[in-house]
Amino acid sequence: MLTQDFTNATATSATEPSLLFPFVLQLADTSLILAHRLSEWCGHGPILEQDLAMANIALDLLGEARSYYQYAAELEGKGRTEDDLAYLRSAVEYRNPLLVEQPNGDFAHTVVRQFLFDNYHYHLLKALKDGPDTHLAGIAEKSFKEAAYHLKWSSEWIIRLGDGTAESWQRLDKAIAALWRFAGELTTPAPAETALQEIGVVPDYATLLPAMQAYAAQVLAEATVPEPTAVFAQQGGKIGRHSEHLGYLLSELQYMQRTYPGMTW
Amino acid sequence: MTQQEWPLWEVFIRSKQGLDHKHVGSLHAADAAMAVQNARDVYTRRLEGVSIWVVESKHIHASNPDDAEAFFDPAADKVYRHPTFYEVPDSIKHM
Amino acid sequence: METSEQVLSPEEQFQARIDADIRIEPKDWMPDAYRKTLIRQISQHAHSELVGMLPEGNWITRAPSLKRKSILLAKVQDEAGHGLYLYSAAETLGTTRDQMLADLHSGKAKYSSIFNYPTLSWADMGCVGWLVDGAAILNQVPLCRTSYGPYARAMVRVCKEESFHQRQGFEIMQTLCEGAPEQKAMAQEALNRWWWPTLMMFGPKDADSPNTEQSMKWRIKRFTNDELRQKFVDMMVPQAEFLGLTVPDEKVKWNEERQAYDFGEVNWDEFWAVVKGNGLCNHERLQARVSAHDEGAWVREAALAHAAKRAAKEAVAA
Repeated sequence: MLTQDFTNATATSATEPSLLFPFVLQLADTSLILAHRLSEWCGHGPILEQDLAMANIALDLLGEARSYYQYAAELEGKGRTEDDLAYLRSAVEYRNPLLVEQPNGDFAHTVVRQFLFDNYHYHLLKALKDGPDTHLAGIAEKSFKEAAYHLKWSSEWIIRLGDGTAESWQRLDKAIAALWRFAGELTTPAPAETALQEIGVVPDYATLLPAMQAYAAQVLAEATVPEPTAVFAQQGGKIGRHSEHLGYLLSELQYMQRTYPGMTW
Repeated sequence: MTQQEWPLWEVFIRSKQGLDHKHVGSLHAADAAMAVQNARDVYTRRLEGVSIWVVESKHIHASNPDDAEAFFDPAADKVYRHPTFYEVPDSIKHM
Repeated sequence: METSEQVLSPEEQFQARIDADIRIEPKDWMPDAYRKTLIRQISQHAHSELVGMLPEGNWITRAPSLKRKSILLAKVQDEAGHGLYLYSAAETLGTTRDQMLADLHSGKAKYSSIFNYPTLSWADMGCVGWLVDGAAILNQVPLCRTSYGPYARAMVRVCKEESFHQRQGFEIMQTLCEGAPEQKAMAQEALNRWWWPTLMMFGPKDADSPNTEQSMKWRIKRFTNDELRQKFVDMMVPQAEFLGLTVPDEKVKWNEERQAYDFGEVNWDEFWAVVKGNGLCNHERLQARVSAHDEGAWVREAALAHAAKRAAKEAVAA
């Protein structure tokens, strides 16, 4: 429950900062890890135009991650910076859902991962931008426009690959089979989220699901691929229990800061 | 199957409200919707535009440079089409 | 009838337009050699942008701060954009991007040798921006006035975007030089590796560059290799001094009489070895491009197949 002691609250937020901090950090980690994965494509995309498109999405997500980290640092109030939060936390401290840390695979895997994320992200931001925490709402407002574009991009690619050639259909189907099990975690609240849902700062995810599911069904139908049923939903990322992939990703991401501690770049 | 290249599209961008769309370059895309999105990603990374047109390059018909004299020189001697050709008395305002 | 002596040949008319600084546009008559040379030059430039994404792309995932990561990603993305503008300019001359890529992949077409050197430390991102982009800008700015319209227009766009690239590189170097001793050492070590290869970017000495004269006459090249190399040294030596770094050439010395820096001889054996494919990274750079293209084939095919299906559906509906 929300305490009535606001002495630690910042000017922009009426929500208990210690409640908000882990959630904002989760949003930051999520955007950063996905941006990092997308940036791995840079220079290796299927065609130059799509290299530019994926880099644009990565840059949007990186910008969002920075806004969230800066806000998280402010909420925490311990003098940590955005870079301290991104570069000096271990894998078990990272709060991103499992989906976004999954490797790029082939283009179909990247597109499916992006589509699952965008569909969730779009609907989450739509609610958050009207939320009571003004700082968070501000970031969500800006990110929402970006997410709308990302969702358009990934939806159209799902449709192109599904309703393209026999090979692209098969690859898409395979990617869906591999990644759909990570979708459930996105809308399953972790304790940090439940606490905020109880006080109305974060939307009840059950209210987002109908629109998300309807949209996914429509896109998959257009792509002529069957929607997976009875998928076991993997959980854990949001409480720091990650797949093996995250450790490698972080060892690359954090290489410089870990090798040369305390320097300015 | 021999790989066929994505068609070429010409991109026109309106840099701000009130201005014409201007040709900025070209790109490859499989269809019109993708061409518009690619144009956004390629040609408006620095807030260069508020509106995009794309047209498949093969649909552009151009005048032939060999006809340039016949096409354009005849306009050169029609000075009477320009307002400065006419003398207006100083006392007449707003014309 | 006029005698043939009095009438200018198409070649002469063409040259007269160029001499009068009138731009040549795609549908204008042009000598075959002009067209071929331009296709080679523009596509080589486009390939350099494309392959040039790789050595820097190598550090996007390891950039030391979120700010640097964003800047680097945006910069490498710009290079993709520049490659695209240049391929488009070359396409107006009657070639296709597929053809140009096939030539790159087969090894027939060249790209700038500088990208066959490895990027080994974060300071290399500084050196690539500061030195390599600095050298590229010297080459590119004059090309904004080159005789072929689409090429000149592409270069205007490239140069406009490129201006932040060199600055971010210099800023990386400056931050390193003002930082901890390890950082400064990192900067010096990178400069030691990049200095000479950057001087090679301007190409062989004028005496060994037989095409320069014709290219300058056509205004698709506006300064000679040696002129640009001298300009570069004159520009960079003071900047290195400002950073507190030492250029790895003992012969670098201000020449009061010439009002320019004297400098040592490039190792031309190394230059030709890398051009011929024997640089440390030639193989992997090319292989990375070939793999990206080959592994993307099914994606490009799917998009075309889908576009055809959609068009057929729309035709039925209409």
